[in-house]
Amino acid sequence: MKYKIRILLDTIFKDIFKATGLLVLFLLGGILALLIYNSISFFMDVKPLEFITGMEWNPTGKSPKYGMLPLILSTTLVTFGAMIIAIPLGVGTAAFISEYAGSRLKNILKPAIEMLAAVPSVVIGFLGIVVVSPGLANLADLPNGLNALNGAILLAVMALPTIITISEDAIHAVPKTYKEASYGVGATKWQTLRKVIIPAAGPGIISAIMLGVGRAIGETMTVLMATGNAALIPKGFFDSVKTMTATIAIEMGEVPYQTTHYYGLYALATMLFFMTLIANLVGEYFINRFRKYHAT
Amino acid sequence: MKTKLSAENLNISFANKQILKNVNVNFQENEITALIGPSGCGKSTLLRSLNRMHDLIPYADIQGLVKLEDINIYAKSIPVTEIRKRIGMVFQKANPFPKSIYENIAYGLRINNLPHDKTVIEKALTEAFLWDEVKDDLKMPAHRLSGGQQQRLCIARAVALRPEVILMDEPCSALDPVSTLKIEELILHLKQKYTIVIVTHNMQQAQRIADKTFFMYLGEVKESGNTKDIFENPKHEMTKNYISGIFG
Amino acid sequence: MQHKRFKLSSIIEWGSLTGTTLIVCFFLVVIILEIVFKGIGSMSWEFISSIPKEGMTKGGILTPIIGTVLITLITAAFAIPFGICCAIYLNEYAENNKLTRIIRAAIRNLSGVPSIIYGLFGLALFVQTLQLGTSLLAAGLTLGLLSLPYIITTTEEALMQIPNSTREAALAVGATKFETIKDIVIPSAVPGILTGVVLTLSRAAGETAPILFTGAAFYISDTNGYINQEFMALPYHLYMLSTQHQSIEEVRPIAYGTALVLILVVFLLNLSAFYIRYKFRKNEN
Repeated sequence: MKYKIRILLDTIFKDIFKATGLLVLFLLGGILALLIYNSISFFMDVKPLEFITGMEWNPTGKSPKYGMLPLILSTTLVTFGAMIIAIPLGVGTAAFISEYAGSRLKNILKPAIEMLAAVPSVVIGFLGIVVVSPGLANLADLPNGLNALNGAILLAVMALPTIITISEDAIHAVPKTYKEASYGVGATKWQTLRKVIIPAAGPGIISAIMLGVGRAIGETMTVLMATGNAALIPKGFFDSVKTMTATIAIEMGEVPYQTTHYYGLYALATMLFFMTLIANLVGEYFINRFRKYHAT
Repeated sequence: MKTKLSAENLNISFANKQILKNVNVNFQENEITALIGPSGCGKSTLLRSLNRMHDLIPYADIQGLVKLEDINIYAKSIPVTEIRKRIGMVFQKANPFPKSIYENIAYGLRINNLPHDKTVIEKALTEAFLWDEVKDDLKMPAHRLSGGQQQRLCIARAVALRPEVILMDEPCSALDPVSTLKIEELILHLKQKYTIVIVTHNMQQAQRIADKTFFMYLGEVKESGNTKDIFENPKHEMTKNYISGIFG
Repeated sequence: MQHKRFKLSSIIEWGSLTGTTLIVCFFLVVIILEIVFKGIGSMSWEFISSIPKEGMTKGGILTPIIGTVLITLITAAFAIPFGICCAIYLNEYAENNKLTRIIRAAIRNLSGVPSIIYGLFGLALFVQTLQLGTSLLAAGLTLGLLSLPYIITTTEEALMQIPNSTREAALAVGATKFETIKDIVIPSAVPGILTGVVLTLSRAAGETAPILFTGAAFYISDTNGYINQEFMALPYHLYMLSTQHQSIEEVRPIAYGTALVLILVVFLLNLSAFYIRYKFRKNEN
């Protein structure tokens, strides 16, 4: 009798575990279904071409405009700026931690990077307002520093931990024999790093960058707080921009349910979803290539 | 002598790769049988099939009969946990539970609804020659014991369930010579009560402890018989080469 | 000459890597010092233990603290059991087949989905479809969904650390698979699981975007958090004080104080995760 209960529990829990596994599929499926369903509703009212190529986003105007170009350009500009800052800093730091730092320094730096990753985005955004913005305003003689550059700096800070951690793993995973071979032919540490280690870790570093890009594109609070949120086509880093995430965050709170504007925000979210998905998939592709390459 | 455990026409393949080919073996009660042969010959696979340890491998295909006395252990009506209670196992690397010494023994007893008071634990540890060394530290985590002690704890854990057969998969391969001798002594002592099947790579060990020896090669039992005969008078050329160390 | 050039360049080389590292550390130091030095002035027992007063220009931040604690508890109550069960399925049961690969790909994708999209999904699913309204429960469940992939991934990693021989030991004394998992595998993996859980919750506690439309409130007068009502939370409070409040300059000290409490909460959770990991590694050796 006791045995039967044990077997019953064994079967029941096997099913429960499996069901939770399937729940994950429902979650992703649910998100996709929601995004696509509402986007379709949106495209009943607004032509896809107008959405993709429209130069103006003004859903509350007399004749509402749903052109997402300014938003997508804002997101691209801020992300691009963030990467210009974060890639050299991130890869340099990763190389330093992996190749130059002693074990004691490593034990300080690694938790420090984790701490940086742990800082909530809203705190970073707050510092964008109180530190970076006045700083930029002073430097460039602007009325305020809430612009694309501010967002780029903040997003760089947010993407750095991802880039550093994954690049460091990649650099660390380069077989020791490569290094020994390089030293063997008389190369210096720096030459070895530049000519041997970084190229060998290349796919891993690319994947680190792509995951950083994914993180930057999808980040909401920092850009919402620090970029000024003007939905115009940006001309440079000192322009105020309104990213896709910030648009959703600002407008979703005010829009009535099931209006064209409401659906439009979902269409924007769908774009956002696929942009981050592509960044992450590319990142994953390179990390797999890296692993395969160094597996043997 | 009575046959305790036997396999008839046993064929096992993993993901369509045949590991055991038509194996027919008998293990006699209160005897130690050693399975020897080069790596990959299927001796561990055979051993693990004797208490259904392959059950959880989805791509394992097992054909044939394994009988404990006259029960088919793969029969649907027989609970696998019952089989494993009656046929205990000791593994290559000591694998105590990450729990106290006491709990290591008590766990199997508890889940099988057997009495697990201190006298039972003491008896099992005594039988495994470990009691005197650990009687004051029963609450200590088992992983603090030495390798040899851990392996004896694993034997005590198996013995505590009062099994009929104990399967041992190279139980001494990770141990130093002194610990190995102690375990061999223990195995010889245990044979009075249990039927023992042991996989070993160590020819001397097989000669020191085993009553019967089966030589396996490429998934087949090539030669079987009394240990003395196998080592002194091997019939097959291959057996002779293996035990003299020409290959393996 | 050759020798001298080599030396000089190697200093530049070493310096450039040290320099990037120093800049990264500088970011962290600026973040911490700015918040700590400007926030410490607002800090007092009074600040932590009293509710916002006079249009939030006075008083403390008790209400958002309670809200953040409660929402994190709801997140934990949802994400921990589901996440652990899913990880158990993947590591202990799932065969290497198409379904498993799809589930794993789904988890990887979910962890890359922007948090604002979780907010939209929570709005549609919990607030609208399940009629929970904008509430603590809806927001907590939304954060729970967001946390799920992280808990699954970290738990699975912890389970992978448990050697198969440990599982076999339990099976060999007659335990069922479920008993093996419940009595042996999970207890051994607890430190690893706990580390992941604490890190995930610290991230959830600091999230703002997913609670924007699912229940976070600008201001509520009641300190009690009701599960079916809107709530105040630390990250949202900080966002609101620094961008939405009618007298932003006046409430800046409170904003700094809120930021300080928020990073203290997050850092303390992180430090406790580091501590668990450190102790666990030490025990292993």
